[in-house]
Amino acid sequence: MDGYYAFMLIATAFVLMMTVPALALFYGGMSRSKSVLNMMMMSYVAAAIVGILYVAVGWSMGFGGDGTLFANPLELLWLDGVTTDSYIYVMFQMTFAIITAALISGAVADRLKFSAWVVFVPLWSLIVYFPMAHMVFSCTDDSLICGRIGAQDYAGGTAVHINAGVAALVLVVLLGKRIGWPKDQMRPHNLTLTMLGAGLLWMGWYGFNVGSIVFAGEEGDAFSARFMSETGRTFSTTTLAAMAAILGWLLVERLLHGKATSLGAASGIVAGLVAITPAAGAVNLSGAVAIGAIAGAVCAWAVSLKYKLGYDDSLDVVGVHLVGGIIGTVLIGVFSTSSGAGGVDGLLYGGGLGSLGDQTLGVLVAVAYSGILTTVIALGIKYTMGLRLDEEDEVNGIDLAEHGETAYDLHSGTSGGGTGILAASTSTSTQGVNA
Amino acid sequence: MKLVTAVIKPHKWEDVREALETFGVAGMTVSEVSGYGRQKGHTEVYRGAEYDIALVPKIRIEIVVDDADSEDVVGIIVKTAQTGRIGDGKVWVSPVETVVRVRTGEQDASAL
Repeated sequence: MDGYYAFMLIATAFVLMMTVPALALFYGGMSRSKSVLNMMMMSYVAAAIVGILYVAVGWSMGFGGDGTLFANPLELLWLDGVTTDSYIYVMFQMTFAIITAALISGAVADRLKFSAWVVFVPLWSLIVYFPMAHMVFSCTDDSLICGRIGAQDYAGGTAVHINAGVAALVLVVLLGKRIGWPKDQMRPHNLTLTMLGAGLLWMGWYGFNVGSIVFAGEEGDAFSARFMSETGRTFSTTTLAAMAAILGWLLVERLLHGKATSLGAASGIVAGLVAITPAAGAVNLSGAVAIGAIAGAVCAWAVSLKYKLGYDDSLDVVGVHLVGGIIGTVLIGVFSTSSGAGGVDGLLYGGGLGSLGDQTLGVLVAVAYSGILTTVIALGIKYTMGLRLDEEDEVNGIDLAEHGETAYDLHSGTSGGGTGILAASTSTSTQGVNA
Repeated sequence: MKLVTAVIKPHKWEDVREALETFGVAGMTVSEVSGYGRQKGHTEVYRGAEYDIALVPKIRIEIVVDDADSEDVVGIIVKTAQTGRIGDGKVWVSPVETVVRVRTGEQDASAL
C-alpha cells in the first residue's frame, strides 16, 4: 500500500508533465514561428485554470457520489470532507482534466483570441469534462458510460481523447479556417521541439495509463498481487502500442507520400498511446501491438481528411485524438481478454459481439455529449465576446498581437536573414513602459 | 568593366567558387536567394497535403571583372554549374561605369 501511494505521487507529477511542458512542446514545435508562444501558453494557462477549478468543484462533480451524468458539485466543494491522505487521488484526476482541455488547443492554432480560450476552458471543463469524467471514471452504478452501458475505458479513451477530439472539431468548424489555408504551406517551424514533446508525452503516459489502476477493496497480499500484475500489463501494453504505432504511421506515410517523416514518428507515438489508453488494462501484448499498429496506420491517413472535408484542424487533434480514441475504445471489443482488468473476452477470444456493442455505444455517447455541449459553449462565446482574432493580427502573428512577445528574437525589426544591424533603426520604441 | 551575375544550384556553389579562384577572380558577393524559371517550381507532398512550391532556393554570385575576363568567367561558371537538368540557373553580364575601392579611393581597374 505504501509503495502504491508513493507510486501515485510520481504518476501524478508525470501526468502533469504531459501538459507542461510536453504537450506545449509537441504543439509548439508544430505551429508556425509567429504563433509558438500562444500555442504553448494555451497549455500553460489551461493548467492554471482547470487545476483550481477541479479542486473547487471538479472532484465533487466527478467523484462526489451517484448520478447518471455527474455527481453533486456541492457535495465535496473545495474538497470539503476529503481527508488529506486522499488528496493525491484528487491531484491525479486533476491532471487528467488539465490535459484534456489543453489537447483541444492544437486545433485552433494562429487564430483563436486568447481571451476566448481563457473563457472557453473553464466553461468546457465544467460542462463537458467533469461530467464525462464522472460517466467514465467514477463508475458508480448509475454513471452513464461505465455503469449503465458497461463500456471499458481504462484511462480515458472516451473521457479524454474522444472528448477533446470532438470539441476540437466543433471549435474549428465554428472558428473557420486560417487565412491562406489550405493553399499556403503551414509546415511545423521546429520539429526538434515536437520530437522532444512526443518523447516526454510517452514518458508521462506511464503515469497516465499505469497510474489509472483502481482497487476494489483488495488488501494485503491480494492488493500487492493485483498491483504488480496489472501495472506490469499496462506498462507493457502502453510501451508496445507506441512502438507499433510509430512503425504503422511511417509505413503508411512512406507508401502514400514517399517519405517517412519525423513529424510522422512523433504523431505515431501519440496516436498509439491514445489508442492504448482505453485498452491498456484489457489487452495482452499482441493485442497492444495490433491496436498500436492499426492506430498509427489509420491516423496517418486520417490527418489528410481535413483537406478533403475542408476543416482547418491545424495540428491534427481530430485526426489523432478523435480517430485514435475511437480505434482504441472500439477495438477493446475485439482484442480484450478475460484475464485483463475488465474480465471480458472480446470478439477475437470468443466473447462474441457483446463487448464490441458496449464499446461502440460508449463511443457514440461520448461523441454526442461532447459534440452538443461544446457547440453550445462555443456558439455562446462566438456571439458574445467573439472567438476569432483580427485579420491583421492573425497575419502579423498571434504571439505579438496577444502576448506582445516573439519566440525567436534573433534580428528584431528586420525581416528575413541579415546581420540584425538595422534592428535599432526599425524598432518603434525602446523606452520602458513606465517611463 | 562588367558585372557578371550568376544564379546557380546551391550544391554547385563550392565547385564554382573553387574554379573561379583558380582562374584568379579577386572577390565576389554571394547571397542565398529564391526564385523560379521556366519550370515554375514544383509540387511537394507533406503531411497529406500537396503544395505548389513556387520558389526554389538558389545561390546568386556577383563579380565585377575586367572587360577582357568577362567571357572566361561566364564560361567557367557555366561549365562548373552545369548538371544538364532543369533549374541549372542563368548567368548574365552587364556593363559597369565606375568602381571605387572604399579603403583607398582607387578607381576602376586598380580597384578590382
